[in-house]
Amino acid sequence: MIRVVLPQHLRTLAHVDGDVELDVSAPVTLSSVLDALEARYPMLRGTIRDHVTLQRRPFLRFFVCEEDWSLEPPDAPLPEAVSSGREPFMVIGAIAGG
Amino acid sequence: MSKVRVLVGTRKGGFILTADGKREKWEVSGPYFTGWEIYHMKGSTADPNRIYASQTSGWFGQIIQVSKDGGKTWETPGGGLKVEAGRMPEGESNRFVYDTSSATGAPLTTHQWYDGTQHPWEFKRVWHIEPSLNDPDTVYAGIEDAALFRSTDGAHSWHELAGLRGDGTGPKWQPGAGGMGLHTIVLDRSNPQRMFIAISAAGAFRTDDGGKSWKPINRGLKSPYLPDQTAEVGHCVHRIAMHPSRPGVLYMQKHWDVMRTDDAGENWREVSGNLPTDFGFVVDVHAHEPETIYVVPIKSDSEHFPLEGKLRVYRSKSGGNEWEPLTKGLPQENCYVNVLRDAMAVDSLDSCGIYFGTTGGQVYASADAGDTWAPIVRDLPAVLSVEVQTLA
Repeated sequence: MIRVVLPQHLRTLAHVDGDVELDVSAPVTLSSVLDALEARYPMLRGTIRDHVTLQRRPFLRFFVCEEDWSLEPPDAPLPEAVSSGREPFMVIGAIAGG
Repeated sequence: MSKVRVLVGTRKGGFILTADGKREKWEVSGPYFTGWEIYHMKGSTADPNRIYASQTSGWFGQIIQVSKDGGKTWETPGGGLKVEAGRMPEGESNRFVYDTSSATGAPLTTHQWYDGTQHPWEFKRVWHIEPSLNDPDTVYAGIEDAALFRSTDGAHSWHELAGLRGDGTGPKWQPGAGGMGLHTIVLDRSNPQRMFIAISAAGAFRTDDGGKSWKPINRGLKSPYLPDQTAEVGHCVHRIAMHPSRPGVLYMQKHWDVMRTDDAGENWREVSGNLPTDFGFVVDVHAHEPETIYVVPIKSDSEHFPLEGKLRVYRSKSGGNEWEPLTKGLPQENCYVNVLRDAMAVDSLDSCGIYFGTTGGQVYASADAGDTWAPIVRDLPAVLSVEVQTLA
């Protein structure tokens, strides 16, 4: 079971309160987690990555085990701590304001 | 008894203001979609309980929301929870992909950038949503970068009317400082094949075949910021309004100049007349008097606030040229708000109501065609759009 942490606005859009839990078959990659997330919550399609290019939206980043995975290849396997559910996959929005 | 529902889009959410036909006591509901920019909300005339909303965010992009119960509940079409194994997710209601096929329009991949170079078309947001006059499931969307999309399945999916970008002038279109948005969609009740749209800063366009082909309709416009001041395209049109009973007569608030056409856009003439400044964003038409029109003059293109700090709506009862200021109930000192292009609307009660919203968060209403005004609300986030539904 993969745990995904979403920004508050996306939780509201997806009608979820806390972390999202997803079944993702191996190999667990950045791409397969997002595919599973969008399959479970279709209203999130286009909000994290572009509909067509599947590029990450510029003001969002992906963090895994306290490391920035935003620029990692989409098919790179995620750490075992994430695929086992011990650590969450985090979608983080850029801070607003100045 | 009749009822009025005012749909207000703001920088930080949507609001719905309702009153009975007297329009004295208002109920305010919202914010809906808190924290998101609501560029536009508009109800269907074919089914007033059907309301479409454009919800956008710099972080998360575009969302389309639809209500089927007059704004009480909302959904993202096709965005419900999916648990069926093997099914592709739908969630296409926010998928706006330019048509580059040769079958449905001339593939067009670039427009003019600020510096004159060519730049790829990039979807940014939906500026304006215009429900069909006859079918609640058919709805048009004007987007940035400028293009026109249509949905015929209640906003589940969208398809570009690519003939607009492919009309031949597309490579000359250029964004204004606020972006290259298609912000005005005017449908002709007397002719379903005819439609008008406007783009900043490309100008006005018309189709007479249901959106397959388009032509620029900018003859008579004069824009000093263009190398060729009367060019076929490149004019910064801010808003166009039509009275349903006079579909050939259009009124336009351009960047500067208030304009009028009596031949469906073939020729425009200036009707700014005695306005103290003819810069502005909004223009609208009285519901029962096709020659009575309204604008809110703004000081200049770099000073987006009312002249002398006095918020004045100007009304012409002669279709332009002769204007009177309407000030009763509006602040007449120290007022430095703006009124954006989609932020004025009228109701169709016997005594026509006029409404507008400001970047200071006020929504003003007049139940007597502009003679007197009062705020419905004073402290909303900056108002981006105002639409009105008159309900039986």
